[in-house]
Amino acid sequence: MVWGARVLKALASGFSHIGRSVVEGTWRLGYASRFLALVLLRSGLSFGRFSLVVRKVYFSGVQSLIIILVSGLFVGMVLGLQGYETLVRYGSAEALGTLVALSLVRELGPVVAALLFASRAGSAITAEIGLMKATEQLSAMEVMAVDPIARVVGPHFWGAVISMPLLAAMFSAIGVFGGYLIGVVLIGVDDGAFWSQMQAAVDFRHDVMNGIIKSAVFGFAVAAIATFEGYDAPPTAEGVSGATTRTVVTSALAILALDFVLTSFMFTGQ
Amino acid sequence: MNRTIVDMWVGIFVVAGLGAILLLALRVGNASATFNVSDTYSVYADFENIGGLKVRAPVKSAGVVVGRVANIQLNSQTYKARAELAIDKRYQFPADTSAAILTAGLLGEQYIGFDAGGDVENLKQGSVLQITQSAIVLEKLISQFLYNKAAEGGSSDKAAEAK
Repeated sequence: MVWGARVLKALASGFSHIGRSVVEGTWRLGYASRFLALVLLRSGLSFGRFSLVVRKVYFSGVQSLIIILVSGLFVGMVLGLQGYETLVRYGSAEALGTLVALSLVRELGPVVAALLFASRAGSAITAEIGLMKATEQLSAMEVMAVDPIARVVGPHFWGAVISMPLLAAMFSAIGVFGGYLIGVVLIGVDDGAFWSQMQAAVDFRHDVMNGIIKSAVFGFAVAAIATFEGYDAPPTAEGVSGATTRTVVTSALAILALDFVLTSFMFTGQ
Repeated sequence: MNRTIVDMWVGIFVVAGLGAILLLALRVGNASATFNVSDTYSVYADFENIGGLKVRAPVKSAGVVVGRVANIQLNSQTYKARAELAIDKRYQFPADTSAAILTAGLLGEQYIGFDAGGDVENLKQGSVLQITQSAIVLEKLISQFLYNKAAEGGSSDKAAEAK
């Protein structure tokens, strides 16, 4: 009798634990969606003061340039080396340009640039908004009848959305240059064949445009996650640090999952 | 930081990003060689066998890309493959132009080669090419070769016996 009651009690607490986490997760998802809708609805106000958006493009775009350009160059050079090693076995080293350009434009450019962007700019956005919340600057704005979503969150959001496709395009372009440096200048693949095979294989609408669409979607996802985590962060030092970590982890997972979905829509049926 | 400096850096950033897209389009993707839907016309070609021809494969005349394969479907009445070819409007071909499925290199991708005829009228939107040559299927070629070899071998044996 006593044992039966104990087992029932343990079962009940187990179920309520599961139930609570489901309810909390759903609540948070709904809160995030409402937050995103609010940011989008009030983006007119953010764009009304465009200098704020420009400042945030500087904050998340220009300041990420160095890491994006250096990583792009090295990714392209590694692709050149590894691709040559494999292709030369089949006697088709001239296809190196195609390999480097297609893998960068379709996949590596948008994905790696977005991952770097999430860790470089996304975490900074979360930390800034989270700290503004922790030091009650957001509440102070509300008291002064300034909408913190239009004044702080919106510019951050649109700055990231604008920066991301441009950064991904630069990543791909400098990556192709890195592949060229290794393949043509260092190893000695024929210059003409490198470019002409690349140009024959890469289609502007199918490959380049789809890559840009991908990076825009990733930019949107990273911006939404970073601003929401910052806005939702518990107003303590620990809370802000946890939110920053969650931004990077969630963004990376979202980027890779979205990449699979987008790729399966864009590059199949051929 | 000073506002004009921020503006300048953002300007440089945006211009460099757009420049990178332009570079990808022109230098990497060769956008000038991809045709827009608006300035092409469609002609149709029926093939017995298209082999490994794919949608978006190039259509070449004298080695120059003049269009792309837009669509491939099986005609369920004749059991032939009907390929829709989107040809650039800049290139006009005589109505009796023939189309052949060719292979780039020994194992390369397949494309459609145009051989211009001598008709005074040109191909129009929706024309059907009358003369086509199907893809060469390697297995058929090899089996034909072996069959011929066997036949030759048999006949030479008979010739030896007759002597």
